[in-house]
Amino acid sequence: MSAIIDFLFTDPAWPWVRMILFLVGAASFAGANAAYLVWCERKVAAYVQRRPGPMEVGPQGLIQPIADAVKLLCKQMLSPIPQADGILFRIAPVAMVMPALMCFVVVPFGDLLIPARIDLGLLVIFAFGAFNVMSLMLAGWSSNNKYATISSARVVSQNVAYEIPMLLTVVTMIMVTGTTDLGTIVAQQSGGFWHWNILSGIWTLANPLVPFTFLIYFICMLAETNRAPFDLAEAESELVAGSFTEYSSMGFGLFFMAEYINIVVGCSVATVLFLGGWHPGFFPLPANPWLASLIGFGCFCAKLYTLIFFVMMARWTYPRTQFYGLLNLSWKILIPVALVTLLLSGVLMKLTNLF
Amino acid sequence: MGYFGEIYSGAKSLVIGMRITLDQFFKNFRGNSNVPYPHATLPIPEKYRGHIIFTHDPETGKSRCIACKSCERACPSGCILVEGEKKEGETKKSVTLFELNFTRCSLCGACVEVCPTDALDFSKRYNLAGTSKAVYAKIDLVEDLKKRTQK
Amino acid sequence: MLQLNKDEAIAHAAHCVGGPNETFVLNLGPQHPSTHGVLRVKLTMDGEFIRHAEPVCGYMHRMHEKMGENRNCAQFLPNTGRIDYLSAMQYTHGWVGAVERACKIEVPLRAEYIRVVTSELNRIASHLVGWGAWVMDLGGLTPILYAFEDREKILDLLEGVSGARLTFCYYRIGGVCADIDDAFIQGAKAFVPYMRERLKMYKDLVTDNVILRKRLEGIGIISQDMCRRYGACGPVIRGSGIANDTRKTEPYSVYKDFDFEIPVYDTCDSMARYLVRMDEMEQSLRIIEQSLAKLPEGPFINPKVPRLLKVPAGNYSYATEAGRGRFMVRLVADGSDKPYRVKLRTPCLSNMSLFAEAAEGMMIADAIAFMGSLDLVIPDIDR
Repeated sequence: MSAIIDFLFTDPAWPWVRMILFLVGAASFAGANAAYLVWCERKVAAYVQRRPGPMEVGPQGLIQPIADAVKLLCKQMLSPIPQADGILFRIAPVAMVMPALMCFVVVPFGDLLIPARIDLGLLVIFAFGAFNVMSLMLAGWSSNNKYATISSARVVSQNVAYEIPMLLTVVTMIMVTGTTDLGTIVAQQSGGFWHWNILSGIWTLANPLVPFTFLIYFICMLAETNRAPFDLAEAESELVAGSFTEYSSMGFGLFFMAEYINIVVGCSVATVLFLGGWHPGFFPLPANPWLASLIGFGCFCAKLYTLIFFVMMARWTYPRTQFYGLLNLSWKILIPVALVTLLLSGVLMKLTNLF
Repeated sequence: MGYFGEIYSGAKSLVIGMRITLDQFFKNFRGNSNVPYPHATLPIPEKYRGHIIFTHDPETGKSRCIACKSCERACPSGCILVEGEKKEGETKKSVTLFELNFTRCSLCGACVEVCPTDALDFSKRYNLAGTSKAVYAKIDLVEDLKKRTQK
Repeated sequence: MLQLNKDEAIAHAAHCVGGPNETFVLNLGPQHPSTHGVLRVKLTMDGEFIRHAEPVCGYMHRMHEKMGENRNCAQFLPNTGRIDYLSAMQYTHGWVGAVERACKIEVPLRAEYIRVVTSELNRIASHLVGWGAWVMDLGGLTPILYAFEDREKILDLLEGVSGARLTFCYYRIGGVCADIDDAFIQGAKAFVPYMRERLKMYKDLVTDNVILRKRLEGIGIISQDMCRRYGACGPVIRGSGIANDTRKTEPYSVYKDFDFEIPVYDTCDSMARYLVRMDEMEQSLRIIEQSLAKLPEGPFINPKVPRLLKVPAGNYSYATEAGRGRFMVRLVADGSDKPYRVKLRTPCLSNMSLFAEAAEGMMIADAIAFMGSLDLVIPDIDR
């Protein structure tokens, strides 16, 4: 027995074992999140609306997501063929989930818990993140449904408009940190909580407007993942279900899953870039690297779920913006502020380098 | 400064709104007015209008209905069918058949008010579910009174 | 549905894809989350913009006016609560008022005050539903539940007094069917300050919210001329600067005894209609306060109303201000106990007819916001 473990944990078998462990871990993290973030959303919605939320299925409704998943699996997968385009109709949900899952490759969950240390980590995430526009458009268009077509046209406009300020803020942070490798970005924020990028930008004068940068990134993330108040793509009261009107059973389930995984990825990037990643900030980590990784993972999750809580609260507090209001916000407010922040940051960094 | 003023007042309204919902969110942990039916129920008010039933006359032990058909005439929806006969040695008719078609009843209360002997009253039955239409299309009030008095 | 083979399908699709002036027909309803009832609107759309809107109503026609000819005056009472189920008390008030005017029946003062209190509570409940559902259409999914929590309190009060929660059949010809008790009076008195707190919260949470204001300001401009042409009424015209409220222009019941204002805004957009409704709730609270303070003793129904009421021949009418506008009953009687003709003039039909003209050129999301501002209840349109 111990011979097998020794064999597995040393080269040349270890990289493969590590890869399989990370695949299983990332997939189960994504799956558990997709299922239980739905429960969280329903509970948060219920508590804001002064009612108890899911209570029947299991204690406090904890088995509700499993019941929903079983229900979705048992439904018939209807597809409006031959009017709809068969291949694209079936590809769209898969094309939405796959890139979202791929983004987990570079997110640092803990000291030793980075699946792959890619130099261009941030670029990988944004490259994959741009996929969901295409898959929503495919879903809407291939459904051969007028409501879905309107919705996909809106989605493309919205996502393109909000990619720009998001990338501007991220470029500002890349300038401040000097690297796109997420592991290095987290390592730079070690120590007390004042080293977290959201605060250190102010006192190192690298980017005194960094809280605004964070706010712009948060708003853009809400828009990119089509969450309220920017959820015109799936505006229930106007377009029934928007792009997903024609999907049933697991097609719909995959879209749902993809939306929540996108939220997790967006909030993880925010945690890593601004809130110090897996560093506790308030107490030192123990020396043992495995224990430190575990506690680091716990801190990462705490920050991640606080951000997700605010993403959910935003949905249940604010009404939906109108389409031109959404585009106005992006082009007339977020982009100018992000550009000003970028320029200011660049100028200040150059000046501090000179002295 | 209109541009910045607008951004500031807009952001302030969003923060105030978020504060209110956060406030309600945390208040909900201390309880809310939700009643987890069917694990708990609310008390039914005095005047609640369930479908009509006979009132029980404590002296005779039967209903007070004299089959005068005032309720049948007063009902706007034609829900009531009353038949009665005069038994030996009694001054007034007594009811033999009283059928209520509850699928047509609008709970207006005309029958309750018009009855000269106060024989009808609203029940408090809100938990109505049946497996066939006949259960509520032909509610037999005479049978119902018998069942209630036998208990 | 034809089964096309692949070539035919491609040819058909190529035929459908048109030039720059191509429009498509979109059906809003009859099953739709935000038409609030069974209303079908045929929209001819050019992308997101509406080129032509055609409301198709009649899905909920239940022939109330015909039923009025087959039932006597007391038997028609349950129908009145179901025309506009959210303002059941006010519509019943219109009917009993018409019959009392026709038969010259005097209503005791206590009954009049009870009618005013219950009507105003019903108005607040109706505005809460209209407001909550409208904000829900705009995407704010929480305020409707707060509104329904307040509505529960009102409905509990009215249930304690009449026994029903939505389609009250509480008024009778000559008064009301049962007296109000202490529990109702204390409950209603406690409700007024509670509701004022909640209205303050709604102002902070919803009315001042920048997203909502951007959704409603400047949307759905209805000029005064358009209001007059279509015969619109209620908060729709009070948001366009026309100060017309039946409680002030043709005072009925005991509304002359109360001190309240009619909120009028003259920006003519959806935000004005929103503010009119919020202010009307506050004014209703004032009326409730004053009437509970001045509630006289006495009988709750005129005991001399004959059981078989024959209406003298003639043409009678009575108008009340319901939650959505002016509701008028016209009673044509021929001397028997059943009316010859009952005409129900409902506010939502005239308000809805505005939609076709005002929605041209709007984007669909704005059209939904505008429809919410008209506060339509479809059974009221179709009767």
